[in-house]
Amino acid sequence: MYDTLIQMLDATMRVSTPLILAALAGLYSERAGIVDISLEGKILGSAFAAAAASAVFGSAWVGLIFGIMASVMLALIHGFACITHRGDHIVSGVAINTIVAGMTVTLGLHWFNLGGQTPALTGNERFLDITLPFAHAMQNVPVIGQIYTHLLSGHNILVYLAFFMVPVTYWVIYKTRFGLRLRAVGENPQAVDTAGISVTWIRYRAVIVCGILCGVAGAYLSTAHNAGFLKDMSAGKGYMALAALIFGKWRPVPVMFACLLFGFLDAVAVRLQGFVIPGLGEVPVQAIESLPYVLTVLLLAGFIGKAIGPKAVGRPYVKERA
Amino acid sequence: MSQAKVPVWVNLALIPLLNISLAFLISGLVIYAIGQDPFEAAGYMLYGAFGYNEGIGYTLYYATNFIFTGLAVSVAFKAGLFNIGGEGQAYIGGLGVGLVCLALDHTMPFYVIAPLAIIGAAVFGAAWAYIPAYLQAKRGSHIVITTIMFNFIASSLMVYLMVNWLKSPDSLSLNSRTFEENAWMPYLHSLLMPLGIDIGDSPLNGAFIWALLCCVGVWLLIWHTRWGYQLRTLGTNPTAAKYAGIDTSKVTIWVMMISGALAGFVGLNEIMGVNHSLLLNFAAGYGFAGIAVALMGRNHPFGILLAAILFGALYQGGAEVAFDMPEITPDIVVVIQGLVILFSGALEHMFKDRIEGFFIRRATAAQGK
Repeated sequence: MYDTLIQMLDATMRVSTPLILAALAGLYSERAGIVDISLEGKILGSAFAAAAASAVFGSAWVGLIFGIMASVMLALIHGFACITHRGDHIVSGVAINTIVAGMTVTLGLHWFNLGGQTPALTGNERFLDITLPFAHAMQNVPVIGQIYTHLLSGHNILVYLAFFMVPVTYWVIYKTRFGLRLRAVGENPQAVDTAGISVTWIRYRAVIVCGILCGVAGAYLSTAHNAGFLKDMSAGKGYMALAALIFGKWRPVPVMFACLLFGFLDAVAVRLQGFVIPGLGEVPVQAIESLPYVLTVLLLAGFIGKAIGPKAVGRPYVKERA
Repeated sequence: MSQAKVPVWVNLALIPLLNISLAFLISGLVIYAIGQDPFEAAGYMLYGAFGYNEGIGYTLYYATNFIFTGLAVSVAFKAGLFNIGGEGQAYIGGLGVGLVCLALDHTMPFYVIAPLAIIGAAVFGAAWAYIPAYLQAKRGSHIVITTIMFNFIASSLMVYLMVNWLKSPDSLSLNSRTFEENAWMPYLHSLLMPLGIDIGDSPLNGAFIWALLCCVGVWLLIWHTRWGYQLRTLGTNPTAAKYAGIDTSKVTIWVMMISGALAGFVGLNEIMGVNHSLLLNFAAGYGFAGIAVALMGRNHPFGILLAAILFGALYQGGAEVAFDMPEITPDIVVVIQGLVILFSGALEHMFKDRIEGFFIRRATAAQGK
């Protein structure tokens, strides 16, 4: 029983990692007032770029850099549309998601001739699992030994990075000048403008940070969690991260817990496949799978707590001219 | 400086044309970048979409879905609402069609099943849009987020229903049993054959006619009824609508229900018209494509009809290109679709303001003389 629980929590950590990275990415963007449903497209684009570069250059780190570059480029397109040209944030997001879905397969087919996939990655082309120090020695210590050896140790570096980014994001958002300005731009851009700070430049920086984090999330999918790129491999993770962002009410630590909850539900759903409860019949796995979305809808509707987003989110800022 | 000084054709023809040309130009560059000849691809695409009867049939068959989802998006747009849930509403609408057909195909003739299937699609699609609409109107949750979530919930629900209830025991894949032929939407080629008109074998079916009727219906609704007036007022200025005594939450709810019903009609074309059984993912991509169609068609039913035919041609032509030039997959069409959304939606101000400014300056200069 305890072993099973540890295994499920271990799976939870692996599934939650891209969600945490993408949700934090969305946090920077939305806290600055830019709605981002193109998290999905950025993850997919980065997953493709990372796997492709890693296959060509034989290094997962080079893959990561290319993944981040691809994602930041998409983020800049989003910024160009939403910030510079005051376009609709949702429309821009849909456009990016659509373009990436088509472009990755088209380019993949041309470069690798594998029906849109990238070659299977091996060895250094992937981020391999790291064994933390003393993991072996701790194995037989009761209770914490299991947790340390099987749950905390044995993940790849991007998993640790994702969790490390949570306190970093907290610090950036609440304790730095940049974070203060970023939050101000999302709540009341006029005030920021009046203080002589460029709304545009802050929003662009937020969007770039968002691109970097989505890039890591995408690279994780294709070069760490899996061994290569598959068509549409982001499979709604960007949207789920968006749900987690709302569920965590746009605050770093609660967002992380929301991601862990959604990841845990995923791990439960996988485990309960075909599991029969006596008297009730088979557990409807689909019900558990859709639970993150149902919960988010309920939260948004104010049935379980209340989610209030940044005030100026989704609204373009038009500078007043004399 | 009034809007009226900008000639009508600028907004209705020049700007959409410019946007689509840019989208084509960039996709052409992509095709060129993967070592293929974009002009050759365009040739195959045109031939595949319009070059022969069967191709035209396929083009219009795809266009049927785009008309439904395009109208769905634009009705909501007109009221200032963004219905991004066409995907889920089409899916659930198809479920409605399928349930009607599965329940009645043994006992009822076609002319009883057809209207009931239309009602089934409308009711199921509208119901799926009702919940997000209600939550937006009464509880203040953001309709975009809720409809996105409902797309995923719809897809889980459909998998559950197919696996546990609707899957036919004879079928290896996740399909329901095939409907009896009296629950099939008749193919247009078999309708026209007795009249001596040969349009070639294609999946084009009666749903296309229903789609055309929906275009007319939406046009009448938006511009020639009191409800349409309320809808447009809400879309243009919600505060004014409220002051004018319009019950905005009521309007929000019924607009979204109409939008959902229109998206649900995709099921008529796909389930009743072509697949003749319930299956998974038959609506994949059409809901999002509806956004491109609505933007391209400037939210007017006639524009949407043209845009839907354009996208239908891209889908059919894309399949043809993939056949003749295996390096290019239909995915390039998805790229074009995304670029259209980018240029005519997200970046609409990029050209519009400059071009309009140019014509306004010219008009004022002409007046000054």
